[in-house]
Amino acid sequence: MSSSSSSAAAGAAAVVSSTPTSVRASSNMVEVFVDGKPVMVESGTTVLQACEKVGVQIPRFCYHDRLSVAGNCRMCLVEIEKAPKPVAACAMPVMKGWNILTNSEKTRKAREGVMEFLLSNHPLDCPICDQGGECDLQDQSMMFGADRSRFTEGKRAVEDKNIGPLIKTIMTRCIHCTRCVRFASEVAGVEDLGTTGRGNSMQIGTYVEKMFMSELSGNVIDLCPVGALTSKPYAFTARPWETRKTESIDVLDAVGSNIVVSTRGGEVMRILPRLNEDVNEEWISDKTRFAYDGLKRQRLTQPMVKDASGQLVATTWEDVLTRVAGALQGVQGSEVGAVAGGMVDAEALVALKDLLNRLDSDTLCTEEIFPMAGAGTDLRSNYLLNSRITGIEECDFLLLVGTNPRYEAPLFNSRIRKSWLHNELQVAMVGHKVDLSYSYKHLGETTQVLQEIAAGTHPFCKVLVQAKKPVVVLGSSTLQREDGAAIFKAVSTIAQNSRVSSGVEDGWKVLNVLHRVASQVAALDLGYKPGVNAIQKNPPKVLFLLGADAGCITRADLPKDSFIIYQGHHGDVGAVMADVILPGAAYTEKNGTYVNTEGRAQQTRVAVTAPGMAREDWKVLRAISELAGVTLPYDTLAEVRRRLEEVSPNLVRYDDVEEANYFKQAHELSKAVNQSLLAAPLVPPQLTVKDFYMTDPISRASQTMAKCVKAVTEGAAAVDEPSVC
Amino acid sequence: IFYPALIKTHIFHRDTPANNPETPFEFTPEHMKRVDAIINNYPEGHKAAATIPVLDLAQRQHGWLPISAMNKVAEILGIAQMRVYEVATFYTMFLREPVGKYHVQICTTTPCMLCDSDSILEAIQNKLGIKVGETTADKLFTLTEVECLGACVNAPMVQINDNYYEDLKPSDIEQIIDELKADRVPPPGPRSGRFSCEPAGGLTSLTEPPPGPGFGVRPDL
Repeated sequence: MSSSSSSAAAGAAAVVSSTPTSVRASSNMVEVFVDGKPVMVESGTTVLQACEKVGVQIPRFCYHDRLSVAGNCRMCLVEIEKAPKPVAACAMPVMKGWNILTNSEKTRKAREGVMEFLLSNHPLDCPICDQGGECDLQDQSMMFGADRSRFTEGKRAVEDKNIGPLIKTIMTRCIHCTRCVRFASEVAGVEDLGTTGRGNSMQIGTYVEKMFMSELSGNVIDLCPVGALTSKPYAFTARPWETRKTESIDVLDAVGSNIVVSTRGGEVMRILPRLNEDVNEEWISDKTRFAYDGLKRQRLTQPMVKDASGQLVATTWEDVLTRVAGALQGVQGSEVGAVAGGMVDAEALVALKDLLNRLDSDTLCTEEIFPMAGAGTDLRSNYLLNSRITGIEECDFLLLVGTNPRYEAPLFNSRIRKSWLHNELQVAMVGHKVDLSYSYKHLGETTQVLQEIAAGTHPFCKVLVQAKKPVVVLGSSTLQREDGAAIFKAVSTIAQNSRVSSGVEDGWKVLNVLHRVASQVAALDLGYKPGVNAIQKNPPKVLFLLGADAGCITRADLPKDSFIIYQGHHGDVGAVMADVILPGAAYTEKNGTYVNTEGRAQQTRVAVTAPGMAREDWKVLRAISELAGVTLPYDTLAEVRRRLEEVSPNLVRYDDVEEANYFKQAHELSKAVNQSLLAAPLVPPQLTVKDFYMTDPISRASQTMAKCVKAVTEGAAAVDEPSVC
Repeated sequence: IFYPALIKTHIFHRDTPANNPETPFEFTPEHMKRVDAIINNYPEGHKAAATIPVLDLAQRQHGWLPISAMNKVAEILGIAQMRVYEVATFYTMFLREPVGKYHVQICTTTPCMLCDSDSILEAIQNKLGIKVGETTADKLFTLTEVECLGACVNAPMVQINDNYYEDLKPSDIEQIIDELKADRVPPPGPRSGRFSCEPAGGLTSLTEPPPGPGFGVRPDL
């Protein structure tokens, strides 16, 4: 045992861990040799996985570790010593004592042969193909293909398919790896792509004229190893080697998908996913991927002031900062208030709170409501997705209440689907019946159903009681209702009851809240009041809108001569009603901390500088504070983050989830809530894919998103543009 | 080898007035009983295995497979429509375009070609006035060239719907077409008078009953 692990550690690169192989698993561990190097693997691993363990990458086109094995490209053929034929490494499970020769004569000949066949029908499109520079076929033909061609025949050509305004299809380039087909049917749940015909005339497509209508459709662009499926908005704009990649976080929903922002010349060219097993695996939603062109439109680039005639005029920073400082100097306490929007970073939130606190005011509200009755936002466990996104993979029963995770948090939904597909997760839903891409038991959409389940009288409770690891997810849209507190109490009761009846261990969390905006959790962590109730009760004279574009407070709610300051990055609802506009930075233009719905703090990084005179939000607030005479005690980002740590240490513990506890106590407190449920049914705001695309200032400004909405309402032909190629 | 640049066998579907998702198609009650019997052949959860036989039944009922029939089969078997389209486009016997009442399929591969299938093809074309791939105006006959039908001993031959007509001379095929036009189905089989693929002048082998056990065995065994 020890000799094999030490030689493996000595021989291989960094893949094998330095701790000796566990003796526990010796009964089903198999020893195989990769090019003579011994490695212990579990029985059932494939040749390809065994080689990866040693650090040897076998070339492949159709194999993808998150999709089922197809084995149709044959590029992974490797020779096994003393075997008559090469085997497909991606599909063949290892047997004891095999010696896998990954660079022998036969293996190399096999790879050259397969590459020759793949290239025989592949068009000579490299100069005009978007995949050039990041093309698997290019890279593998350089590394493993023959250096000469003997092709003198004619190539076949295939008609292009129109599957939507996001994916450009040039099917002549398709090598039929079927990754897109498997992705569509397994991960996206939309079984519209398939392989029609056979042999030379095989085509991948939808057979009928259909759009690939899934909120995860853009991921096939990453999956396709050649340039058959490429990004339509990104077509012909940039080559991968000339872009700079910045690792960042997406803020268009509350999942906090990890992304890579590719920029060139100070402009965002495209957004790609970054691997994060705990949050988004390797996928991102279509809104995340394609709404970046909204970052270039409707931007606030200059400080603006409303002049005497009511028009907003551009002015200088000095002018506008002096005005704002002047307005703030004249007010105290409840005469000044603030509303924070959905895409604000924690640094700006804490700066605004410190500023207003120094003016003796604590009227800082978020646009999203959270019921304050019972424990409210005092206990973190009340407003987080406590089970975490990965917890869905271990759970055996999921109850969704008043949410449509498919469009509110697509990556969360894909995790649910993964668990439903592979781990036999049972899902039930109380709320409006929607298409979730997996089957679930629809219990009804009335609050009556909730009440009955909480009381234990609903016939479904029998099933709930048998769950070993139950999870209950409550959508934040239901908490916006007037009976939000009562709904929360009912759901909390259901969660507590099922936790007790399942007998699960203490570390397992049942109650979860799924948020829809990226800044909500950080705002609640920092002590913002959820919902604009406080402002509606005591309308302030000076209102500070920090990226607030949901229109919760309008001029009509405020006294006649009120002064509205808007700080944000897009000219949307908030900027129109403002007296003073302070241009801020969008998420690709600042180092900001965002806490996702699980409670995981992540940071965006500066990929491009903010346009025109726009500045990072916390810096603007710091400047205002100095001019208003209540200078905030931080000058650099590190100091702001130290302040964040002072308030809530989890905000700077990046990429880590700070767990919350006190479920029992929260439940006890919620019992005291004395509100009755309204009869109105639980209907989440996003019901169909049409509602998915434009939900925040950036996606509303995006032409690509507008095309998507038009395509889903009028059909793909309505947005079809003549293609250059 | 030169083959045409654009694949002509249509592996895509365009809605036409005659062939669209609204084209009426329903299994008749007797056929529905057969569908249920077919599905019962396969284990629980594997209804998709019945795709080929049920599609075939749909084609036999309707004559060809409109897209609505494929959608109906998908609905009955509880699988995604795309999976049915994949199966239907894979097999050439699933006809996704309308065909006439009599689908005349002439074999033109090597053994038949050596026995002058070209003259049979010419005779059919002259008689019906259509070319390969076309249907007659009265929607009675569709002519297609197909690969080897496995009746090489009886070359040249044609298959009309489910019947083989073998050992043809041009006059034979004209006769057959006339009979079909008159709404009579001629008896299938060789037209030269012999029985199936047996030699015309009588059997040249297997003329005696088979020898019993013990034939050719050493006497002491």
